[in-house]
Amino acid sequence: MTAQFFGYIGRKAFRIKDTFADLFKEISGVYYLTRHTLYCSFIEPLKGKPVKWGSMWIQMEEVGVKSALIVFLTLFLIGVILAIQTAYQMSQFGALEYVGALVGVAITRELGPLMAALVMAGRVGAAFTAELGTMKVSDEILALETMALDPVKFLIVPRFLALIVMLPCLTILGNLMGIFGGFLVGITTLGIDPVIYIDRSVEALQIKDVFSGLFKSGMFALIIVMIGSYLAFVIEGGAEKVGQNTRSAVVTSMILIIISDMVFTAFFFFLE
Amino acid sequence: MIKIRNLKKTFGEGDKKMIVLDNFNADFEEGKVTCILGGSGSGKSTVLKHMIGVYQPDSGEIEVDGENIVGMNREQMNKVRKKYGIMFQSGALFNSMTVEENVALPLREHTGLNESTIKIMVKMKLEMVGLRGAEHLRPSQISGGMLKRISLARAISLDPKIVFYDEPSAGLDPISIGVIDQLIKDLSNKMGITSIVVTHELASAFRIADKIIMLFKGEIISSGTPEEIKNSDDPRVVQFINGLPDGPIPFSKSQRDYGEELKEMTFYN
Repeated sequence: MTAQFFGYIGRKAFRIKDTFADLFKEISGVYYLTRHTLYCSFIEPLKGKPVKWGSMWIQMEEVGVKSALIVFLTLFLIGVILAIQTAYQMSQFGALEYVGALVGVAITRELGPLMAALVMAGRVGAAFTAELGTMKVSDEILALETMALDPVKFLIVPRFLALIVMLPCLTILGNLMGIFGGFLVGITTLGIDPVIYIDRSVEALQIKDVFSGLFKSGMFALIIVMIGSYLAFVIEGGAEKVGQNTRSAVVTSMILIIISDMVFTAFFFFLE
Repeated sequence: MIKIRNLKKTFGEGDKKMIVLDNFNADFEEGKVTCILGGSGSGKSTVLKHMIGVYQPDSGEIEVDGENIVGMNREQMNKVRKKYGIMFQSGALFNSMTVEENVALPLREHTGLNESTIKIMVKMKLEMVGLRGAEHLRPSQISGGMLKRISLARAISLDPKIVFYDEPSAGLDPISIGVIDQLIKDLSNKMGITSIVVTHELASAFRIADKIIMLFKGEIISSGTPEEIKNSDDPRVVQFINGLPDGPIPFSKSQRDYGEELKEMTFYN
């Protein structure tokens, strides 16, 4: 009986140990890939090996310009929703005119970067994993390596640079759309005077709110690209694994985005 | 010239450990066509992947032009790889690029040639494989045979010293096989390229090879000129080249007796 009990505990312990060992293997894999990507994007160009501008422009259009509509729509609606929801509470205190301030601060500090990143994790992160994963399965990445070309430099760096430029850009424009959404509802349905709405918003908004939001969205861009491409590069086998890893890339990057958002929010909160 | 000495490779750990290559020795002579022949699962692709530096062996040495490539770091390996051209079984062309961009890629990345020279060179290579005029097509728009020929054009675009062919004739029609065989032979005879062909197509191996290495379960069971292989009296070689269903090489992968396994099956219902 005791032997069985200890055997059970032992097996459980070993299984937990294996799970952790696997987890750390994945983490170190992502770490090395990230380090190599950052090296190829920022240090190698200084040594006279420029990044692939051509494919970077293509990726910028792909991840930036073509995602604009969906990000704008999301944030516009978030602005509208936020204005209506807060108006309900604010009117009880007779502070309806502060809706603008609340919407502005909430969007620039938090919801703008977060929602833009979540939308992009679904739209772009999934596309990265599926595309690079298919290339891995059809030996295209192997072919690059055997041609003495670095797949990281060829495939990940253009995507990384494109997203790290485009996600903050989209976030800024998305912030404006969110504020505009709140403004539209504020001056029409809620009947707030436009001048007062704008005054209250401008009073409440600080430039550092926007910058902390942009810093976050840069981090989110890194998470989306690194998780997406790591999970593509580890694919062995066939189409089934591409599907699985695409799904886990989206899920993992969304969760990591929210976790890191919490960490950075706490960090900026205590910094002040 | 590639020399392989005492190569050993295992996959998996513990109970699932599988010895794929054990004490493997082979020489690939300069300017000659060497075919590695064997059934599926005989380890021929594994040998190829060791030579191009994708797998690291458990032990042993691989010498390419006098340099041991085992344990080389990325930069050293890349230097060796610039001597290589590799034609993959699936073609492995980049789907996001046109045929011309695919063939031009190694030239653009590794040489300082100007655009017009590169265009001329791409045209020359495509003419060699008989596909001049396909420059603007995408890999998804062309047939399997054409894919392989373009893959060959890309493999030889840097005029490599050593070209590896992974199943060059698998899934092609007889005429395309003939064309590719002719190309492999010409490249070796006229340009002095060392060719290493992994295949299970007997007819084409006998046509092009200067030397054939026959593998079974990771071991060389026979090696020599095509004539020597044809006249071999090793039962495994005889079975393979005649395609006999019965013989020392089993068709079934299972190690256990079929009848025993059927008797042991239990059903709960």
